[in-house]
Amino acid sequence: MMGRDLLGIEDLDRADIEMILDTAEHMQEVGLRDVKKVPTLRGRTIVNLFFEPSTRTRISFEIAGKRLSADVVNFTPSASSLKKAESILDTAKTLDAMDPDAVVVRHAVAGVPKRIADELHAPVINAGDGAHEHPTQALLDLLTVYEEKGRIDGLTVAIIGDIAHSRVARSNIYAFLKMGAEVRVAAPPTMIPANVETLGVKAFGSLREALDGADVVMALRIQRERLADAYFPSDREYSATFGIDRAKLRFAKDDAIVMHPGPVNRGVELSHDLADHRPSVILDQVRNGVALRMAVLYLLAARHPGSKGGGWT
Amino acid sequence: MSRVLIRGGRVLDPASGRDETADVLLEEGRVVAIGPSIESRDAERLDATGCWVTPGFVDLHTHLREPGQEYKEDVGSGGRAAVAGGFTTVACMANTSPVNDDPSVTDFILDRARQDSPARVLPVAAATKGLDGQVMTEMSALVDAGAVAFSDDGHTIMDSGVQRRVFEYSRMVSKPVIVHAEDRSLVRDGVVNEGPVSTRLGLPGNPAAAETVHVARDIQLAALTGAHVHVAHVSTAGAVELVREGRRRGVQVTAEVTPHHLTLTDEATLGFDTNTKMAPPLRSAEDVRACREGLADGTIDAVATDHAPHAVHEKEVEFTLAPPGILGLETALSVVLELVRVDELTPLQLVAALTVNPAQVLGLRAGRLEPGLPGDIVIVDPDREWVYDPAKGYSKSRNSPWAGASLQGRVIATLVDGHLVFHADRGVLLP
Repeated sequence: MMGRDLLGIEDLDRADIEMILDTAEHMQEVGLRDVKKVPTLRGRTIVNLFFEPSTRTRISFEIAGKRLSADVVNFTPSASSLKKAESILDTAKTLDAMDPDAVVVRHAVAGVPKRIADELHAPVINAGDGAHEHPTQALLDLLTVYEEKGRIDGLTVAIIGDIAHSRVARSNIYAFLKMGAEVRVAAPPTMIPANVETLGVKAFGSLREALDGADVVMALRIQRERLADAYFPSDREYSATFGIDRAKLRFAKDDAIVMHPGPVNRGVELSHDLADHRPSVILDQVRNGVALRMAVLYLLAARHPGSKGGGWT
Repeated sequence: MSRVLIRGGRVLDPASGRDETADVLLEEGRVVAIGPSIESRDAERLDATGCWVTPGFVDLHTHLREPGQEYKEDVGSGGRAAVAGGFTTVACMANTSPVNDDPSVTDFILDRARQDSPARVLPVAAATKGLDGQVMTEMSALVDAGAVAFSDDGHTIMDSGVQRRVFEYSRMVSKPVIVHAEDRSLVRDGVVNEGPVSTRLGLPGNPAAAETVHVARDIQLAALTGAHVHVAHVSTAGAVELVREGRRRGVQVTAEVTPHHLTLTDEATLGFDTNTKMAPPLRSAEDVRACREGLADGTIDAVATDHAPHAVHEKEVEFTLAPPGILGLETALSVVLELVRVDELTPLQLVAALTVNPAQVLGLRAGRLEPGLPGDIVIVDPDREWVYDPAKGYSKSRNSPWAGASLQGRVIATLVDGHLVFHADRGVLLP
């Protein structure tokens, strides 16, 4: 059951997810207006606490907060203080003393949003923690698939790429399974985490098998900075084996869509052409991200004691 | 003449096989008689009715942090935590600052112990200078200073050639080499057991093979060199099997296991609590079962705590940055008594793993109740329930996964050299 924080999809049940998606559908309408702003969170303060650099997710949360009329503050502790292990709990307690209505946390280490949530009065939204979870990404992906397919139940979703180091993979695995889809993962064995089947997915060592009959093909960003650790020998080899282009996409269903959490390594996990054109829906994912994050901020920040709550107009 | 009479307890002495209700008489710090209804008019009496009376516990693996990290622990606070947990003798690892790789440091630790520790302290010296895995320490001089074993502990010696030399050379001083068996190139940045839990948490995994590969190597090197190799904190089913097989082949290999690897699985880490982070990590239920079986069938000689104090501010950080290790001295007995309650160990077997077996690993004639030996004795109430609060404990640190836990079985009294140094109702009584 959804609590006061949004730390991971693992903690949610199907009803929670449906409520968030329903709310997000209402929020989408705000983005279509001339004046893209409602007073829902007027007087509320949202802090984007991004210990790990991020442009896309931070901007998405910032726009979402601003469209709800919240005051949005961005706090990005410097990379050097990260290395010095500046106490995350000190940072959290300091923030708490300023009484924000929601805190959006991103950190390179799994579990940090939870540790912060344990200390804060304000609700905490996990904007990505290490290779653990990225719940708003998975929810916006669900929203996008709903738009495209009208359902999640019974679909086959193939997630392709570095599953082991991906928070997007974990959150999407939980999300699509909870909503009744079949989830497959595929990558070179070095990128498949240990006992991945315990998450409820089937792992494939070949792209062709994984894509066979898939309704949704989700490519993950390859972490090229990890090359020193040699999870795969070269971009060329990865692209040849697990990179997706139109020819390989034919293994999937005719009406399959292609998703990617961005930013795309063009020519590596997705061909240049697929990155820009249907059936890829990458920019729809980005667009839906704002509405979805508005929904989450609304549901959590408006419920926070001290705020008056209330609906949107 | 000072006399102490411990009356009416269940005397458990694994060395002699004694398990009976009896009295124990101590005189001038030594055991003088064990038997039914001993009379001694002028002796100080300790009533042990309903309790176990056992030899003082011997811990092969502690970190007392002195010199250099006294904010975590020192020889005095560690010694007090030891006797509060029934340990009358503790071996302390060399990763102090400066490292215990020089007789002057060994000397200093022993001097501090004489001044401030109610427990006997046995320094384990570094196997290589600076724990850097390259140049051997002066083992002969270190033994003369009081070192009882050699170990680079968590600074595992990765160079097999250096390890071979260390093993060979250790035979000259007839001391065991204690190995923290983790292949660091396999551990990499791993912080939790690699498996379903690391996959769920998204934390880097440390595979069981990191331990088994290293144990296999060191058993081969022990066979090659004839050295006595002691495997610290065995955590995997594979390592238990390798030790079992090595012993069958006659290799001089002994092993220890910690209370946490006997009772907790990696699932304890699902809430990201850094007090469940240790090296080696908590493993799967199957590994726990194998460790218990290894202890029961004698493959694993001893229970050792790997008492590893860290300050609160060091543990309250990101999971990957937190130093590994937990406290152990004050909770060990209560935690491992579980194995007796579920009938996996007899009381004598458990007591052996805490007393005579670890003493034998170090070649000490200790951990036994025998007329003429020092009166190092523990009185244990195996049923008494208590709530462990590290803030009220004797260690300077608080990093325990059992903080706030209700535990069953407690040390009631600890005697060193016939002196009462701890009593559950009165606390630690300084020597």
